[in-house]
Amino acid sequence: MSAFTALVRRDVALATRRGGEAALTLGFFVITIALFPFGVGPDPELLGRIAAGIIWVTALLAAIVSLDRLFRQDLEDGSLDLLALSPMPLELVVLAKCLAHWLVTGLPVTLLAPVMGMMLQLDPEAYAPLIIGLALGTPALSLVGAIGASLVLGARRGGALIGLLVLPLYIPVLIFGISAVEAALAGLPVLPHILIEGAVLVVSLPLAAFAGAGALRLAMD
Amino acid sequence: MPSLLHSLASPARFQRISAHVFPWAAVLATGLIGCGLVWALVFVPPDYQQGDTVRVMYVHVPAAWMSMFCYAVMAVLSVSFLIWKHALADLAARASAPIGAAFTTVALITGSLWGKPTWGTYWEWDARLTSVLVLFFLYLGHMALSNAFDDRERGGRAAAILAVVGAINLPIIKFSVEWWNTLHQPASVLRMDGPTIHSSMLWPLLVMAAGFTAFYVVLLLIRIRSELMARRIEVLQRHRAAEGA
Repeated sequence: MSAFTALVRRDVALATRRGGEAALTLGFFVITIALFPFGVGPDPELLGRIAAGIIWVTALLAAIVSLDRLFRQDLEDGSLDLLALSPMPLELVVLAKCLAHWLVTGLPVTLLAPVMGMMLQLDPEAYAPLIIGLALGTPALSLVGAIGASLVLGARRGGALIGLLVLPLYIPVLIFGISAVEAALAGLPVLPHILIEGAVLVVSLPLAAFAGAGALRLAMD
Repeated sequence: MPSLLHSLASPARFQRISAHVFPWAAVLATGLIGCGLVWALVFVPPDYQQGDTVRVMYVHVPAAWMSMFCYAVMAVLSVSFLIWKHALADLAARASAPIGAAFTTVALITGSLWGKPTWGTYWEWDARLTSVLVLFFLYLGHMALSNAFDDRERGGRAAAILAVVGAINLPIIKFSVEWWNTLHQPASVLRMDGPTIHSSMLWPLLVMAAGFTAFYVVLLLIRIRSELMARRIEVLQRHRAAEGA
């Protein structure tokens, strides 16, 4: 397990230290959200109505933007081969990289969401389900995204492909995240939606581990 | 079933068997679709509510069935390719994807044309429409991925993993889209909810469905055989180039 934490630490350090990826992704998240009032107009009522949807969809896009780098650099500089030779199973390598990806993208996005909600006049009732939904949903985004990122390794136009492969698979995460918010606004119980969002996360854990490891073996052949 | 698949796996044997199957499938497809179309367009009485527009169903519903059937076939072939590494399973899965995408397009377009007179709109974010649209995206992703590699084998295996992941995800997507739909538009869903379909309409529909399935087999065989020939030509050209050098 220490190898697992070491790998997570290394990836987080790489993403945060070089003054790069983590900050870039967050910048993308904030700027994209700031575009919506320009697109649909500054009417507070309209913005409040679609705020949760804007935040969720932008969280999906922010996850996609940073996926291209998830395995590519490690494949190119050879560290992926070393990781594959290490006693840690490749499935765990994938999960460690997903955790690191979530720590530098999904977690900050979740923490920033209330600020964005405030700027978009989100209903006070919606904050708790939005944040809990994001906390459960964004790890699933990293996991499912890792499948796409590992599959396109070595492909032409790999970065552009990831979105096409992964976004359709993100739909359930988005739907249950939003339905929790909508249920709260309608005064209905929120828990079932949150539980299903959690179930999606649980399903994506083994799926990402096995499919991701399979695709990595393919890429290293 | 596995033994049948294994025995088909040799390309040479496949070529021999498919040469026999192909004309039969072609005759069957033409006959069934021809009969089904005449039956559906001329002899079936118009619907008491929808009039003649109901005849769109005889193309739309079989196409929608085939769009799912092709994905199922693709998923099964992909699993067998990942486990047994049959090159032919890879070929067939890849040949299935564009056919499935085409059936999905036909289902979407005819559904949209059917929707205008009956629902009053070309597009409705109805649960079924939306999940078929997502299925179309999954086909596009599969086709893009399988063609994105210089090494054909590599593209096939990546696409096979994607097809299996997609097949596991498809029920979840379908379920979530239905959940989303009931949340967003309670009871406003305009749907033709005839309790059961009358047998005078059901039989031509089944004939059309059988015809579409035969047509799928025809297209699949053409695609696989031409791909096998293309590879043979490639090998021959490489030999010639090697001899020349």
